[in-house]
Order: sequence, then C-alpha cells, then structure tokens
Amino acid sequence: MVNVNEPIAGRRAESFVSVPISDDVAAMNTEHATDQQSPHDAVFAVEDLEVYYGEFRALKDVSLDINMHEVTAFIGPSGCGKSTFLRCFNRMNDLIEGARVEGRIDYHGVDLYDERVDPVEVRRRVGMVFQKPNPFPKSIYDNIAYGPKLAGAKKGDLDDIVERSLQRAALWDEVKDRLKSSAYGLSGGQQQRLCIARAIAVQPDVVLMDEPCSALDPIATGRIEELIGELTSDYTIVIVTHNMQQAARVSDRTAFFSVQLNDEGMRTGELIEVGETRAIFTNPADSRTEAYITGKVG
Amino acid sequence: MAVVTTPGQVARTTAADLEKRAGADVAGAVFKWTLIGATTFATAFLGVLLLVMVVDGWSVLSGSLGHFLTHGFSQSADNTGVWQGILGSLQIALVTLVLAVPIGVATAIYLVEYSGGSRFARLVELNVRNLAGVPSIVYGLLGLAVFVQTLENFTQGRTVVAGGMTLAAMVLPIVVITSVEALKAVPQELREAAYGVGATKWEVVSKQVVPAGASTILTGTVLALARALGEAAPLILVGAATGFISFGDANWLETFTGPFTALPVLIFNFARQPGEEWAANAAAASVVILVVVLMVNGFAIYLRNRFEKKW
Repeated sequence: MVNVNEPIAGRRAESFVSVPISDDVAAMNTEHATDQQSPHDAVFAVEDLEVYYGEFRALKDVSLDINMHEVTAFIGPSGCGKSTFLRCFNRMNDLIEGARVEGRIDYHGVDLYDERVDPVEVRRRVGMVFQKPNPFPKSIYDNIAYGPKLAGAKKGDLDDIVERSLQRAALWDEVKDRLKSSAYGLSGGQQQRLCIARAIAVQPDVVLMDEPCSALDPIATGRIEELIGELTSDYTIVIVTHNMQQAARVSDRTAFFSVQLNDEGMRTGELIEVGETRAIFTNPADSRTEAYITGKVG
Repeated sequence: MAVVTTPGQVARTTAADLEKRAGADVAGAVFKWTLIGATTFATAFLGVLLLVMVVDGWSVLSGSLGHFLTHGFSQSADNTGVWQGILGSLQIALVTLVLAVPIGVATAIYLVEYSGGSRFARLVELNVRNLAGVPSIVYGLLGLAVFVQTLENFTQGRTVVAGGMTLAAMVLPIVVITSVEALKAVPQELREAAYGVGATKWEVVSKQVVPAGASTILTGTVLALARALGEAAPLILVGAATGFISFGDANWLETFTGPFTALPVLIFNFARQPGEEWAANAAAASVVILVVVLMVNGFAIYLRNRFEKKW
C-alpha cells in the first residue's frame, strides 16, 4: 500500500522552487519568518495583499494567516473578492489576463509570488475544488490517476492511489464496481466528491474549496461537510462559502469580507475581520460583520 | 380580470378562461409555417438540381458509367472519361489536407491558448476572418504568382503540388476560424481542473483542450476540404489541364509533380463544348463529383464518431 502522506517520487517532488540553489531557497525561507506570529502553525501568511484586474482593484489590503490542519472559511456578500483571494493561494489568478497581485503571500515562509517559484508546483501542493463539479471527460479511474501520473507516479502504484483517494473522499463504495465508466455518469454530489478525491490524489498540503456545495442538494452538501471535517487530520483547508451556517459548521476560523463601492462605481473587496469561527459568529468585533451574519445585510 | 372573491365565482369563470381561443397565437403559427416553407424550398431546390443532373447525364450514367469512370479525356464525346479528374482531385485534396490542417490548427492553438489576447493576435484573427471571405479566383492569382512561378523550383510549375498549395491557402482561413471557435468552446473549467492538479501548460493544451475540441475541428476541416474539392477557378489559373493530358509512365508519386486536372475543371471543360453529348458528360461528371464529396464527408463523419468518445 502507498502511504498517501508521502510525496510521490518523481520529477515534481524534487524541488518546489525551480532554481536548485539551496542558499537561495534558504534565503527565501528566512526572509520573512520573523514577521510571523506563529511560524510553525501558519501554512500561509498573507500581508497587505491587493489584487488588480488591469486597473481595477478587486481586493485591497488583506492580511491574515491560514493555520495548518484547520478549516478556514471565507464568507461575505457577492463580489467581495473572496473567490479572487482564494485563487491567489495556488496562483490560479495567473491564468486570468491582466490579473496582478501586490503584497505578499508566504507559503511555509516562501514568497509564493517570487519569480523563482514554479506555479505548476504550487498547484500540486495547493489543490483546488471548484464551484461547479468539473471532472475530466474521462473514466472515474482516470480522473483520479491523472494528477499522480503527471507527478510521475509509477503505474503500479496507481491502483492504490485511486482506491485510497476515493476512500478518503467517501466515494469508494459507491464507485468501486464502475471505475472504468464515465465520471459524467455520477450525480452532482458524487462528481464533487470525485473532484475532492482528484485533488487529494496528488497528496497536496492544502485544499482550496471555492463554494464546493453551491451546486448540490442538502444531502450531498452534508456529505461534503462531513468529509471536510475528516480531511483536516491530513490537510489544511480553505473554503469559500455563501452559506454562513456552513461556515459555522465546518470551519475553525472565519474571515469576513465585505465590498466597498468607490466613486466610479467600482467594487473593491476588503477583509473586515478574521478570527475563531465561534467568536466571529457569537461576538463579532465589527458592526458590519454582525449585520451580515444576523441577516440584516446581504 | 375581475377581482374574484369566492371559490364559487372562481369555478364559474375558470372553464371559460382556460378554453383554447382561436387566433391566440397567429404570429407563432405564421412564423412556424414560414420556417417550414423555407426549409421545403431549400430541400426542393437541391432535389431539383440533383434530378436535372441525373436526367441530363442519364445517357452516360446508365450506358457507359464504367468506361466514364476509368478512362481519361478524349476529344470524342462518346469516348471521354473522368478518371484523371478523380485522381487529380483526390491528390489535390491530399496535398491541401496535409498543408492546411497542421498549419491551421497550430495557428488556432497559438491564437486561443498562447497569445494571451495580444494586439498582434487580435490583428491576426481579424485578418484571417477577412481572408475567409476573399473570392477563390484571387487565391488562384496568388497560386499562379507564388506557387507556380516564384516557387517553381519546388513545385515544378503547373503541378498537383502547386494546385494543392493554392487550395490550401484558400481553405487555411476556414480551418483556422473553425479551430479557433472549437478551442474557445472548450470550457474554462476543464483547463482549471487540469491546472489545479499540477498540469503544465503543455499538458493542459495537449491532453485536455485539443482532444476536447478535436471533433469540432475535424468537422470544420472536412467542410473546408469539401469546398476545396469543388473549386475550378483557382485550379484553372494555376494551370490545370483543360484537355488531353498524359501521365506517361509516371508512377503515382511522380504524378504529384506532373500535369494535372481535377473534376470541377473537367466539368467546366465538358460544359463549354458544343453538343448534347458533352452536356450529358458534364452532368454525369457533376454527379460523380457530388458522390466523391459525399464519400469524403462520410469518411470524415465516420472518423469523427470513432474519434469522439462520448463520456
């Protein structure tokens, strides 16, 4: 059996940074380590982050930490930049023309936007589950095996990786007899669990989830939420959700974002407050947070 | 609508309210029948055309089809055939395909996946769209000037290669445009899914995007090829033989750099000869070219269905 928590041997596992000069890497590691409140627990440390689409500032001035093996939820009204922010953590925004990031995200002390960092390697370590289930037009088996194959997993290990990943995503029993049939034949909830299995098959460190339940019915949503809770033993999870009850149910920490209209009618998102989920929901520090979670606004 | 207050009142009026009224949707009915009319007209037009061709060419099609298909051009209307045209058309189509598809698809992949929407890429795409509307005779002039004369050392002048290159230039914009549309139609979610598990750009494009768009690309290519198969004007300009040609004892490969003709050119040639026998030959050759085009299309559809695994 393959231990899911061991990195896959292969081309991608060798070095996170494309330049193999160890001094460089060490330098990148220590540069900002002193600034962090808890350098051992923080997977990501975000400092003064701003995201621009061309001239338009979508998100301003965000600073927060993402702690290891915790679920961090981003909540807030539509257009507040929470999905945009989430996509900064695995550099998915690189794919959008004109998107630009200012400020700094440290990932285990390494500046994610350093030009020496390979975004492909980042995405292998920081997996993502999207709003709409988006399996590949392939079999269930191939959906899971695709990532590990890219990472150089041996053919003989694939069966184990597929089984482990599907079991971890609580999907194995439902699909073990039809691994070779189309992923499109699964229900929406099953497809989303397949996408979670696909994300964890490459043994990431972090799993980002962008409103993973918004296309699902309450029962499927419940299963995913249950799964999120189980996954925290091995993974750090960041989840964007519209559903405040969901944030309250699944997360350890919650960040509330809001949106500001400027004079030209442009909407810029900002972080209002971040803290323990219980504190945010029972005793928010900011009146805007309170208005939102009590349903007065949004 | 009166304000209804009691269930009894509602019951009294409901039956009348729900009853179908004549003339409720006249516009909808008129629209539907206009559409049916237009469809019938287009189909009937095609049917009549086909019927006229078969009737006109009946003497040839029924009497000497075998001879007609297997023999070359002759000065005598009773003795002539389209074999050289079939061969020439297929050879030209092959050259066109080999040139236009790789270049066209590569251009489309660059424009959609790699250009990043640059000003240069937008300019190229705009130009390509305009080029698709350029009349074929202009491509014939281009072929004559560039492929026949300037590149004579390579093409050997008025040859199958020169003809194929000319038609490739003509269909290239169509191949590019249909491929661009096919690639743009591939959902962004698929790209994100692949990037999300750590795929490189090359892996995303080669393993996800291009396969997802392949069947649409193939369909567009086949339509372009069908258009190329039917073209006479550019081929006449680049020097397709309109009369007797001899391959000598050249083998099949050598004929690519020899004199050539094509089915549409033969039809043109037959049609301008005086006499009913030649008219019959022209009609028969038209039926032949239709069948050839249908066969090429059918083969492509077969390929596409095999290629396109439905998930």
